[in-house]
Amino acid sequence: MDLMTVLQVLDSTVRLATPLLLACLAGLFSERAGIFDIGLEGKMLAAAFFSAAIAAVTGSVWIGLGAGILASLALSGLHGLASITFRGNQLISGVAINFLAAGLTVLIAQSWFQQGGRTPALLSGGRFGGITLPGAEALREVPVLGPIYYELISGHSILVYVAFACVPLTWWILYRTRFGLRLRAVGENPEAVDTAGISVVRLRYSAVLICGLLCGLAGAYLATALQAGFVQDMTAGRGYIALAALIFAKWRPWHALYATLLFGFLQAIALRYQNLDLGFVTLPVQAMDALPYILTVVILAGFIGKAVPPRAGGAPYVKER
Amino acid sequence: MERMPKWADVVLIPLISLLLAAAISGLVILAIGEDPVNALNLMVKGALGSTYGWGYTLYYATNFMFTGLAVAVAFHARLFNIGGEGQAMLGGLGVALVCLYLPWPHWSLALIASTVGAALFGAAWAFLPAILQAKRGSHIVITTIMFNFIAAAFLNWLLVGPLKPRGGMDPSTARFPEATNLPSLHDILAPLGIEFSRAAPANVSFLVGILACVLVWVLIWRTRLGYEIRAFGHSEPAARYAGISPTKITVITMLISGGLAGMMAINNVMGEAERLVLNATEGAGFIGIAVALMGRSHPFGVFLAAILFGFLYQGGAELALWTSIPRELIIVIQALVILFTGALDNMVRIPLEKLFMALRRRGA
Repeated sequence: MDLMTVLQVLDSTVRLATPLLLACLAGLFSERAGIFDIGLEGKMLAAAFFSAAIAAVTGSVWIGLGAGILASLALSGLHGLASITFRGNQLISGVAINFLAAGLTVLIAQSWFQQGGRTPALLSGGRFGGITLPGAEALREVPVLGPIYYELISGHSILVYVAFACVPLTWWILYRTRFGLRLRAVGENPEAVDTAGISVVRLRYSAVLICGLLCGLAGAYLATALQAGFVQDMTAGRGYIALAALIFAKWRPWHALYATLLFGFLQAIALRYQNLDLGFVTLPVQAMDALPYILTVVILAGFIGKAVPPRAGGAPYVKER
Repeated sequence: MERMPKWADVVLIPLISLLLAAAISGLVILAIGEDPVNALNLMVKGALGSTYGWGYTLYYATNFMFTGLAVAVAFHARLFNIGGEGQAMLGGLGVALVCLYLPWPHWSLALIASTVGAALFGAAWAFLPAILQAKRGSHIVITTIMFNFIAAAFLNWLLVGPLKPRGGMDPSTARFPEATNLPSLHDILAPLGIEFSRAAPANVSFLVGILACVLVWVLIWRTRLGYEIRAFGHSEPAARYAGISPTKITVITMLISGGLAGMMAINNVMGEAERLVLNATEGAGFIGIAVALMGRSHPFGVFLAAILFGFLYQGGAELALWTSIPRELIIVIQALVILFTGALDNMVRIPLEKLFMALRRRGA
């Protein structure tokens, strides 16, 4: 394998890890505030459809992005309504949201575009193009570092850079701001937060809405940057892989980056090599597909360090009367 | 004091939730420019207007009975088994192995062996998540989701590789031998002089499904194990104090749940396709969640909800045939049912409880 092949695989890793990373950070905000969210998949899917649909109609990818975020926020609001206001089962609400998005996107796509549940292919204005970073062309001829800069770091769409910038930002919000402290507290011990005179409901709603915003970015990236348009069920389980990555990362931002890069790498390998010959054994592509899930189960089993979720996660908060 | 009469809890709340889901579905149909009344007519005619329609409705209902019971049994122990899909896939593998590699003189023997095979494979797929939940505290919802994906990848590999017959074009096993083909409802009802569509896939597994409903009822409300399962579901500390082992109950409940989900395969794999194809479950494992919620985890409720969803599935297929409404409408309805009967339960319940309290106060 030469440098170019390695760089291409890594480049593809970055592209494939981006939606996982955004969704994983989305889940991180929600779950750190004590709201389990298995509806990441549905929110991404809804955002993917609406961003592609509106971008196709208006020809502007930015309006599309806004529409995608709004769709994702709406589903987040629904999740908040069910799990915060009406104190329902958060897991069941997440399941419902996934199905709602899976069904509605195809229904609306068929009604608007009559193309078998997809949007028309997006032209250049309706997509996020790659950004060539300053100096990339000039430095291209420099051995080793030049290609790395040109192929791997430069040339991605704006959302990729946004996603990576979200990692330190999330870390800073969670660990260096008052809001972050309260957010983590409400996921561990909501009674204490309530006793301190801070609204549990408002904190949890903000967390859920941040989650919606990030899922919106993830979905819009899928449909308007990674691919050119929406197709039925285009998230293809990415929401669940993000969830797996979140557990893998034990609900920490930097580790979320490493976990999603690892899972993105697995996807990139699976995409490039149908069967991977490791010399002593040939791994079928299905093994690569299953690997993120198997790794997560192993992590959950606690054999490689223990993944402990936020303590108040999944439980609705009932104020004492 | 009960806040409201039992009938309201069992009948009224699911009914209101269903009406809400139906009303919103109607609005969705309106929004995409179709006529909801006409759509409902088409669905009823397509699903219930002929024995052909009924044959499909009951075929789908059989799938949902098994997966619904699977989720319901787990709910009684307050476990959320979201892995019915993967367990049903593995059940299909069990059925395929029994039918393909063992010689069977008669379908009845093959059915019994296949049922056992399907249940064993389904239960086996639920075993690891169960033991991890019981022993290591790994959240069963997450592990069963992961196991769904692992099952899909595993079956994908089997069906394009080891299990594919030589010269086979599509990813599936060989056809099962003729002796294992199950009698359809047509074959069963014909000797009784009842005319039933020959083309419809409903088969003898429907009766097995009803039997499973009865047996689950006996298990949950008439056996010691059922009592322990319910006690554990109501309060783990109390159950522990009463000498019930949480590990044992978690594992056994999940084995039963996985077994039931796996048994779905005698209907869709053995009864209908007569070979194991890729994605044979078609999401039935997830519909089990809606069915169990709708049926309030009671086997009779699950039976009724399964018929309802069977109707929606067949009706939805007819809609897709005659109108421009895609089949995915059923997924929306399914989502709304899960939302209203599961997640937004309190939205319906709290006002109703207030209403009944007010009525009682006036009456007293």
